Amino acid sequence: MALLQISEPGMSTAPHQHRLAVGIDLGTTNSLVAVVRNSISMVLNDADGSALLPSVVRYLADGNVQVGYPAQALQSDDPVNTIVSVKRFMGRGLADIGDVSNLPYRFANVAATGSGQAPGMVQLRTVAGVKSPVEVSAEILKVLRVRAEAALGGELVGAVITVPAYFDDAQRQATKDAAKLAGLNVLRLLNEPTAAAIAYGLDNAAEGVYAVYDLGGGTFDISILRLSQGVFEVLATNGNSALGGDDFDHRIYCWLLEKNNLSALGAQDTRLLLTHARAVKEQLSDYPEARITAILSAGDVIDTTLTRQDFYDMTQTLLAHTMQPMRRALRDAGLTVSDIKGVVMVGGSTRMPQVQRAVGEFFKQTPLTNLDPDKVVALGAAIQANVLAGNRQDDDWLLLDVIPLSLGLETMGGLTEKVIPRNSTIPTARAQEFTTFKDGQTAMGIHVVQGERELVSDCRSLARFELRGIPSMVAGAARIRVTFQVDADGLLNVSAREMSSGVEAAITVKPSYGLSDAEITRMLEDSNQFAQDDMKARALREQQVEAKQLLEAVQNALQQDGAALLGKEEQERIAGSMAALRETLQATDHLALKRAIANLNEATVAFAQARMDSNVAHALSGRKLSELES
Amino acid sequence: MQAAAFDFKQNFFQLFGLSESYQLDSTALEQHYRMLQSQVHPDKSAHLSEAEQRVSMQLSTRVNEAYQTLRSPIARARYLLTLHGVDTQEETNTAMPVEFLMQQMEWREAIEEAKLAKDSSALEQLEMRLQHEMHELQQQLAVKIDQERDYPLAAGMVRKLRFMEKLAEEIGSAFDVIDN
Repeated sequence: MALLQISEPGMSTAPHQHRLAVGIDLGTTNSLVAVVRNSISMVLNDADGSALLPSVVRYLADGNVQVGYPAQALQSDDPVNTIVSVKRFMGRGLADIGDVSNLPYRFANVAATGSGQAPGMVQLRTVAGVKSPVEVSAEILKVLRVRAEAALGGELVGAVITVPAYFDDAQRQATKDAAKLAGLNVLRLLNEPTAAAIAYGLDNAAEGVYAVYDLGGGTFDISILRLSQGVFEVLATNGNSALGGDDFDHRIYCWLLEKNNLSALGAQDTRLLLTHARAVKEQLSDYPEARITAILSAGDVIDTTLTRQDFYDMTQTLLAHTMQPMRRALRDAGLTVSDIKGVVMVGGSTRMPQVQRAVGEFFKQTPLTNLDPDKVVALGAAIQANVLAGNRQDDDWLLLDVIPLSLGLETMGGLTEKVIPRNSTIPTARAQEFTTFKDGQTAMGIHVVQGERELVSDCRSLARFELRGIPSMVAGAARIRVTFQVDADGLLNVSAREMSSGVEAAITVKPSYGLSDAEITRMLEDSNQFAQDDMKARALREQQVEAKQLLEAVQNALQQDGAALLGKEEQERIAGSMAALRETLQATDHLALKRAIANLNEATVAFAQARMDSNVAHALSGRKLSELES
Repeated sequence: MQAAAFDFKQNFFQLFGLSESYQLDSTALEQHYRMLQSQVHPDKSAHLSEAEQRVSMQLSTRVNEAYQTLRSPIARARYLLTLHGVDTQEETNTAMPVEFLMQQMEWREAIEEAKLAKDSSALEQLEMRLQHEMHELQQQLAVKIDQERDYPLAAGMVRKLRFMEKLAEEIGSAFDVIDN
């Protein structure tokens, strides 16, 4: 509905009922789903009472898919078809992943997604065909959706999906696509450390500046937040989206190879030793030493003991890699260590004693480890989901998050021109004007990048597009305005427009790695989870409900403010769109209905804006600042 | 002082119910910012239609833009001067007093030297000195804008501040280089 529900309290057009919404932590190692019930955020367990769903997906030849513990149990037996830590591949090309020799997968060749574009996301060749990381992640999300719907007894209106704060645009877009593919309506992509801060902050009525140190299975984030009177304001964030517990496992794995004079292991042995490495790492959190025994496929016996001290020594550099982002985040926030009131530890990898010690030394205080580092992110996401679904509209807490990396454009000489600097509060928009450099130039290439480096080649390429149809002018006469808009999910849209001639040419792009809506639809149709007819029927039902609600809302709004805020012509246009929608409501074509809804929405945008303005004006006028300082 | 209503035609000062001056009550700015965001932030309309979410994103974006502008001393001065019809010409007017340009060269050399020597305490010293100088210039700017209303002269000071802001950015990236 384009018309805000700003009518009198109790006149809401939507039936007053609890809307089912969940928070999902889509982790590198484990994933969880949580929900708010009776004002308490809780993690939903599976039938066996387990909260964690291992983020492991195994593809079988018969088309079936195993997710979670059954897949994890077979990861060493069937390494090629069992995908672990798929999160590390989200929105990433083969070049980003670097050394793939230790990974047991068969990567498929990926064609470029368009002329002049970098190759798209990596693809994995499995016994069930080529799978993209988006599809693999969607399998995990589907299991969590089904778990939640079974536990809550109804369809979900939406989900908040968490992402590492340091995820760039491509990684965020991939995550959102995976959720759509899993049949989830994404209410918001929420940064993991921010989710943790919500859960911690609300629980402890915390006030002041806090740091959240989030070291997961494959990603590292550091966020600095100010918590004040129900406002969670992210001051700065930094991190490394390719650093986590997996890398600690890998150090142990390399040490094992060296210690046992092994080289070039097959996929099965690699996965076997990595699994043992992880177990050893976990044991060393509780014991001073741990023993590894394994038999490789060729019969070699491995029997080695690793001490805590040796483990600390071999992972020193990894810890050092988390210190640099911490210093940068503090600098960006304009703060020093002494300003930090508490350090919240999140992510399973923060169980390692050397991590806690290093963080404690850096911040000169004992970090807060009284939360369950595996669950706190999902719990925070559930709280946010509950609010976003509209269950607690009177809630007075507010979340102000930032983008982690600067967004910019390529200019002459392959240099980056920053348009939106990192740590800008979202949503945000910025426009920059460019001009042509040749007489009669009618097209201009626009290359959108993300990152902090000066050279475009050192930044991540997000999208390339061409603005065509620029009127022929002398060099420097055209005024091309490029607008960046980052939404509350941290996702970017770019549009370009030629301003000087009155001739408008605009285009909106999604990052190269993002899937188009058509691709998502195709994948949805391919997916055996949804029969096509079911989908259409469901879509029709949803559209019918939305159409009825919209008609009612517009009717109410017109009665209240139509005469005051609208001209005759505009009133007639809205009436026309309403009539068209009523007519389409009789038919069974959900796409036609969707179009009619969109038409009415479009026709009422200005009206909604005018109502919002007059509403806010009404709410604020006459109040004095002193009254607002409560 | 009356709190202002939300209106796209309002300037940033009006939006936050502040008088149009360089000196400003940062507590009032911050509180008004939070109050506005708690009404228009997209999180408040996530359960509503796409069109409503779009309006909410636009309003919230506008509030963020206004807040960022008023919070930064240099952006605030630039904006105030624009309201008075004076363009600060930071991109086009590079004519600076020779003495100032010499100082800039010296700064740059000092930063470069500290970066090469990986001397972070020297960088910290430079940063503190720079902040001190910027602060002094900002105080002069306040007098020029709020009391003397000499906007063309103030524009020159904003151009100087922009040079110094770039130096601060260079110190920031030098820290990053040392940290690598």
